[in-house]
Amino acid sequence: MPTIDLKTAGPFVALLLIFGIGILVSDAFLSAGNLTNILARSSFIGIVAIGATFVITAGGIDLSVGSLAAFISGCMILLMNSLVDTIDSPIAIVLLAMLASVGIGAVAGLVNGLLTTRAKIEAFIVTLGTMGIYRSLVTYMADGGTLSLNFGIGDVYSAVYYNTLFGLPYPVWVFLAVAVIAYVLLNMTVFGRHCFAVGSNENVARYSAINVDRVKTATYILQGVCVAIATIIYVPRLGSASGQTGILWELEAIAAVIIGGTVLKGGYGRIWGAVVGALMLTLIGNILNLTDSVSNYLNGAVQGIIVIVAVYLQRGSWRKH
Amino acid sequence: MRSLIKILSLACAGFLGMGAGLVAVMVPSTLVAQTIGVSIPAATHGWAGGLNYHAEQTKARLEAAHPGLSIVIVTAGSASEQANDLEDLVAVHNIDALVILPFESAPLTGPVSNVKRGGVFITVVDRGLSEPGIQDVYVAGNNTEMGRVSGEYIKEALGGSGDIVVLRGIPTVVDEQRFDGFMASIAGSGINVLDNQYANWNRDDGFTVMQDFLARFPKIDAVWAQDDDIAIGVIQAVRQAGREDDLFIVGGAGMKEIVKRVMDGDRLTPVDVLYPPAMISTAMELTALKFIANMPVEGEYILGSPLITRDNAEQYYFPESPF
Repeated sequence: MPTIDLKTAGPFVALLLIFGIGILVSDAFLSAGNLTNILARSSFIGIVAIGATFVITAGGIDLSVGSLAAFISGCMILLMNSLVDTIDSPIAIVLLAMLASVGIGAVAGLVNGLLTTRAKIEAFIVTLGTMGIYRSLVTYMADGGTLSLNFGIGDVYSAVYYNTLFGLPYPVWVFLAVAVIAYVLLNMTVFGRHCFAVGSNENVARYSAINVDRVKTATYILQGVCVAIATIIYVPRLGSASGQTGILWELEAIAAVIIGGTVLKGGYGRIWGAVVGALMLTLIGNILNLTDSVSNYLNGAVQGIIVIVAVYLQRGSWRKH
Repeated sequence: MRSLIKILSLACAGFLGMGAGLVAVMVPSTLVAQTIGVSIPAATHGWAGGLNYHAEQTKARLEAAHPGLSIVIVTAGSASEQANDLEDLVAVHNIDALVILPFESAPLTGPVSNVKRGGVFITVVDRGLSEPGIQDVYVAGNNTEMGRVSGEYIKEALGGSGDIVVLRGIPTVVDEQRFDGFMASIAGSGINVLDNQYANWNRDDGFTVMQDFLARFPKIDAVWAQDDDIAIGVIQAVRQAGREDDLFIVGGAGMKEIVKRVMDGDRLTPVDVLYPPAMISTAMELTALKFIANMPVEGEYILGSPLITRDNAEQYYFPESPF
């Protein structure tokens, strides 16, 4: 199968092409500041998309991720604000909030998973429902306005988004670490192989003694934890959460996953593809902001065309599997 | 709750069929009890959150002051939901007056017109209906004026010349009017707009777009963010780039966080331009006056967009409001 390598490279080729366009469009594109901005910015959608790769590979879908991110942001901010008077160390407060974040993410994933597998409700409906629930909960918690993080804690916590290690912001390192762990999990473990099997054909997987329900539920929990990690690095950026936080993240994450070569109907997934997909979506937005040669009104059209072309470049590769 | 209302409205429909004609005749001031229905968009973003807050405050104040008056506030998430709300207000609550901030102008013109035909006093807020002659009172902000005031300030503060960037809202009439008013006010001056991009009236997009502007333009003297949510994102991006001392930011609307900064004399946000969600209170008070004192209130009320400066910020600061 000599063509497969070429197809696997598809998303990377598309990424390079867009990168080339960026260089042509603006001198500012290659500045260190701009490149680190792009990487840090893609880390939210990228980490969510890595979680979505598991869910989609195993034949599911999760529409609730954007709302869940908003809800977790809200919970973290309320928790930290309420602990200001009882705990002296801001670092301890931030760590507690991070722990709570992962906990809420995992439980939310478990709920999605159990409702799909045990209650046998279509994942689309389950997650559409939880999407509405989390979105209105955060609006309710904020009284329709915006929740803002206590100033003192925000000062300490902001380091998580703005500080750098070896020249790269922390979010980029987190993104990289999540990607490496996810790659190992999906491609080198039994669980990963089970995800592929369940997504390809649930019945065959069941006859092969795979605990289908457990595998599917686990993918939703992973997705929830990924959303929690993305939220942990998102909150320190602006220190606020509102009903508008994380709007459309679910679509961007699913788009990143599919651009990267994962199959929407399940059975085949690529972690690096999702990473490249997320970078590509961020790059397009960045380039459009760096030029005024495209009318503002046409930004959406340009994005649409590039996404379709990118997917065209690696079309059909999954049929070979 | 909504289904409960629906069931109730079905149950009442029979009575009302007979009663509607009578009520229309009996409405004049002989009736002590009056009901005002208030229909507004749900609190899904900051400005609408402020709108809901001020509506609730005004309801409490008016009902306490005038025992005969009852006010019913309903919130809708979409234009069609709002049309349903109007039917419920008429059928279930038997309203004498309607205060409405239409979700969208065109789709709600028909439903409001139907309410009007039942003899209900109509007050329209902020977004006008597509047909003239339906509303008795019209209360609105002035988007063109808001853009103009922002432009005048930037022009004056920069001494008539400088490089600025503009972050816009969502492509809508509101955004267009503000932008046109702004551009008209700086036309012919030495103010050069380096670029304008949509930031969708939200903080994250304000942050992202401003980061890119900062990467692209080494010299920016001022930012017109048009909206306070966008401005919050812009402030963070400017801080990250360490360029707080090179520029200033003009937001808009009157969010408490920004008004507080203006009040404290923050150099980065020296002023704000008001586009008050409290305009719903103006509309409700005017409508109530019609019934309480039978004063002539019919007409159009266009609120100004004053410049909020350090000197007058205190009177625009509502620490309890969510916005």
